[in-house]
Amino acid sequence: MTLSAEKLWFIPALPLAAAAVGALMPRSGRAIAAGAAIAAMLAAFLVSCVALSTALADPAAKLVHNFAWFDLGTSALRLGWLLDPLTAFMCVMVTFVGALIFIFSLGYMKADENFKQFFCFLSLFAAAMLGLLVANSLLLLFICWELVGLASYLLIGFWFHKPSAAAAAKKAFITTRIGDLGLLLGMLWLYNSTGSLLFFDGGAGVLETAALGSLAAQFTAGGLAVSTAIGLLIFCGAVGKSGQFPLHVWLPDAMEGPTPVSALIHAATMVAAGVFLIARVYPLMSADQVLAHVPLHALTVVAFIGAITALMGACIAVAQNDIKRVLAFSTVSQLGYMMLALGVGSWVAAIFHLLTHAFFKALLFLGAGSVIHSAHHEQDIRRLGGLRGPMKVTFATFAIGMMALSGVPFLFSGFWSKEAILHAAHGWEVSQLPFYAALIAVVLTAFYMTRLVAETFFGKARSDAAGHAHESPATMTIPLVILAVCAVLLSLLAWPSPWLQHQLDPSAHSEPDGISLMVLSIVLVALGLGSGWAIYGRKPRVSETSADPLATASPGLIAFLAAKLKFDELYAATFGRLNAASAAFANFLEVWLWGGIVTLLARLGEFTGLVNREADERTLNGGFNSVSEKVRGTGLAYSRAQTGDVHGYLRFIALGFVILVLLVVMGGAK
Amino acid sequence: MNSLPLLSLIVFAPWAGTVVLAFVGRSVSASTNRALALLFSLSTLALALVVLGSFDPHAAGYQLVERHAWIKALNVNYHLGLDGLSLLLVLLTGIVSPLCLLASWRVERCPRAFGMLFLLLQGAALGVFLALDFFHWFIFWEVSLVPAFFLIKIWGGPGATRAAYQFVIYTLAGGACMLLGFAALYAATGTLNFTDLAQLAATGQLGPKLAGLGHFWPQVVFVGVFLGLAVKVPLFPFHTWLPPAYAEAPTGVSMFLTGVMSKMGVYGFLRILWPLFPAQLHAAAPCLLWLALGGVVLGAFAAMKQTDLKRMVAYSSINHLNYCLLALFAVASATKPDAAAAALSGTLLQMFNHGLSAAALFACVGILEARAGGLRGLDDFGGVRTVAPLFAGFCGIAMFSSLGLPGLNGFVGEFLIFRGVFGLAPWAAGVACLGLLATALFLLTFWQRVFHGPVAAGVAAFRDLDRVEFLTLLPFVVLMFLFGVLPQIVISVFNPLVTAWAAHLP
Repeated sequence: MTLSAEKLWFIPALPLAAAAVGALMPRSGRAIAAGAAIAAMLAAFLVSCVALSTALADPAAKLVHNFAWFDLGTSALRLGWLLDPLTAFMCVMVTFVGALIFIFSLGYMKADENFKQFFCFLSLFAAAMLGLLVANSLLLLFICWELVGLASYLLIGFWFHKPSAAAAAKKAFITTRIGDLGLLLGMLWLYNSTGSLLFFDGGAGVLETAALGSLAAQFTAGGLAVSTAIGLLIFCGAVGKSGQFPLHVWLPDAMEGPTPVSALIHAATMVAAGVFLIARVYPLMSADQVLAHVPLHALTVVAFIGAITALMGACIAVAQNDIKRVLAFSTVSQLGYMMLALGVGSWVAAIFHLLTHAFFKALLFLGAGSVIHSAHHEQDIRRLGGLRGPMKVTFATFAIGMMALSGVPFLFSGFWSKEAILHAAHGWEVSQLPFYAALIAVVLTAFYMTRLVAETFFGKARSDAAGHAHESPATMTIPLVILAVCAVLLSLLAWPSPWLQHQLDPSAHSEPDGISLMVLSIVLVALGLGSGWAIYGRKPRVSETSADPLATASPGLIAFLAAKLKFDELYAATFGRLNAASAAFANFLEVWLWGGIVTLLARLGEFTGLVNREADERTLNGGFNSVSEKVRGTGLAYSRAQTGDVHGYLRFIALGFVILVLLVVMGGAK
Repeated sequence: MNSLPLLSLIVFAPWAGTVVLAFVGRSVSASTNRALALLFSLSTLALALVVLGSFDPHAAGYQLVERHAWIKALNVNYHLGLDGLSLLLVLLTGIVSPLCLLASWRVERCPRAFGMLFLLLQGAALGVFLALDFFHWFIFWEVSLVPAFFLIKIWGGPGATRAAYQFVIYTLAGGACMLLGFAALYAATGTLNFTDLAQLAATGQLGPKLAGLGHFWPQVVFVGVFLGLAVKVPLFPFHTWLPPAYAEAPTGVSMFLTGVMSKMGVYGFLRILWPLFPAQLHAAAPCLLWLALGGVVLGAFAAMKQTDLKRMVAYSSINHLNYCLLALFAVASATKPDAAAAALSGTLLQMFNHGLSAAALFACVGILEARAGGLRGLDDFGGVRTVAPLFAGFCGIAMFSSLGLPGLNGFVGEFLIFRGVFGLAPWAAGVACLGLLATALFLLTFWQRVFHGPVAAGVAAFRDLDRVEFLTLLPFVVLMFLFGVLPQIVISVFNPLVTAWAAHLP
């Protein structure tokens, strides 16, 4: 069975229809809304599988279907669908993980009165995300990109009666919109330079040779290639969406949303959209690589931002005490890895890590959700503990996710994808700094994940909530088990042969793996796991108030890390103030300058009117009297709005007509 | 030639409604009066759809033209005609006006007089969009101020008197400048007909004729006409009348002012100023771009500082309308057909879409105000979404439409404007992005403070939308989705016209 590109819209349309069903249901239509959402997601998964088999039949082909959206001048603005292995793998992942998270939500959101709305928003998200994946136009991608932002906004603020959730939703929308403005400008520039926004269009698309060549051959004021400038602007969008430094600040706050949302949107799929975007426009991002004498290559920036983010996220995660925030910063860090991979030239490694990460990070978040659900919404790991006994399935699956994330060798998919990234970073010719940053992050990742597992599941319960915890219902544990199996099985994508790499990029030749590099990373993982266990596992925390060993050793550093490097404070003191000052300045101009000029003119009119009237009364005393009085009335009304009537102003109009007639007579006389 | 004078019918049907209400209304109930007013208001939409059926977007020039000699001595004709631009705005008036009356359904104070004045206003606006001779165009233009004045003053809020005066006098002052400009044009050419004048301008005769009056006259006349239109839109910084007028007017009138009347100014720019004075506009464009940018950016930032929700939405209108002018000035500043076509399409779309989304936002604020007994401060609410989820949903859709979310109507127009402006004056597009960001900031702040958070003390007793309110907002929301997904419906009305403009850039 094959799927033509023309029918690709089925994939996003299915969840979109489910969202519409959910929106039109009354609040009591819980079962129908949830049933429609899950059924649509499973159906979309099946269609995606067909799409994947179609795409893999000829991995090098780009199946496209373009169509006109609306007329624009003599031509039309066209959008399109695109099917290639990248799209197909992403669609399968999103629908599969999505369906599991939808099922998990059945149990997790059971008691919520807005249950129906939750599934409506989830479906809306899935539709937008899938639309983003199948888009063959940067504009269509941007449209869906904004819509996933909307869904994310709605879902972060799902418990909108909580002020913190409402604030977090707004922060996420605004922060990502800052990046999106860069993306918008990049898109406009691209459109202006090439006259198209279609990725592939039989040779006329922006990712095809002709357009890329011309973009790399033009230069901007600073000596940058136009393709570099456009690439960097597009990258701004990815920085915002994928929580990269310096726009990562919204992602930890986004954990205010229900945990399935964190798993689906803020770990597995939406935040990976930035990575997908860069992978999608990779030919454009790398178009400047052929130029030797330019001050900057776009991908160099991508690599450094990714490395900084990977290291920073891992550092901050070490000092967090909220189970979801540890995972959130871990997500920031892992997304940094993906960006790093893109930057150093291996988009295939980035997508591989994106896929494996989606499974094990969704697993970890849902595991955290299971813990939070059974521990009466306790999220502070200092108040948890000892859950290994009562929550066996959750513990076992969470441990698998933790090992996959840490990169425990051979058995777990995370090991292979991380290995691919380290390998690529090691081979980068521009600098080795990102590689070293990634190595340090490897140790830290293993360390904070060990700490998280030790604090949550080992020792003994440190609060009543944790003491009364019990295993979650089957709708929640079954998705955990399936995701855990996937976290292991996905190793097969890379081992024993690099199958995924061949499918995604058939032209790439696979290099032999550096055994020494692999040994090094295994040693580093072991170091992280060992030190984590030595500090947190061997002597578990006794009570929620007992001191953290690291904080005792270095209180200042840990406090600084726990405060997320004070980015929020920094931004509040700079951009926040700048914004408030701009608003105050604009308002000041409104009141004093523009308003002031008008008042001044009114006073002037009043004065003229006065003089006029005096003159009239003493000299002319005739038909113009009323006119000047009205002029005076004008001024008065303007400044104090006390006198005057509309008839007068109508007469003012009449005066105008008189002038007109006079001019006509003059004109006639000529 | 069509035997039925459709365009005259469009213009005068609302005025006929005024007459009917004046004579019949006294003896029937208030709700019959409301229904009658609504019926006559709906005539515009019905007739506009009839016109749409026979309208040929590809035909050059005006259609359904009615031209009769009126005042022979002055060479004044009664001249109506319609092209894609006029039709677009007539359609907009047809959609928005009845909804304004629906939003005013609860007006208890003399609904008959309210209906009469409103229909007068509606007819005058339609006259502006269809008249092709300055003489009666200007009558329509100025007459519209009279009902607007009384509607604001009598049915408005506590500061309405002052706001109404400011509005009328400011606009009159602008109108006087324009009148003098046209008087000079008439003196120089002997005609007040837009098509004739545009023909003279296109063949390069207008400038020399004006210069015949005196060396500086071409510039003086340009400035006069420009001022009249700039105040009406309003172009920054001629906008200070707008926030108080929009804020103090009753809900239905605020909706009409922003939805329809603000388009009269932009229409004037496109119909009069640009065709008649291309050279002057080109020369002034670098300056004017900055003014439009000022409106886009400072308007949005000023909105952020407002605590009165109606003033906030009013400032957002300044921001949105200045996008239209930004695009037009960018088109005037450089010659690039591709980008110009996009910018002009964007302008027209933005006019239409802003009419829908701003009117809907005013309707939503009006609903809040009615619930809270006249309060409409940013901090007077909280948790409205909990008690009135349907209302919150509708208001949210209007808000996201206003901030340009793709999938809703606002996005396409703004995208095309940015696309055009980027091609013509890239730096201006970059600066204007600040406006996009600030708009998102203040609208989401509005949403967060009013709809989210714990239920505030006064809010707990709010009810959700009643039937009339639902019927008021539903068409807006449906159209926002419709035109967001299928903008071609709107674009097909004017695309050939815009293409022709872009191909023959003056």
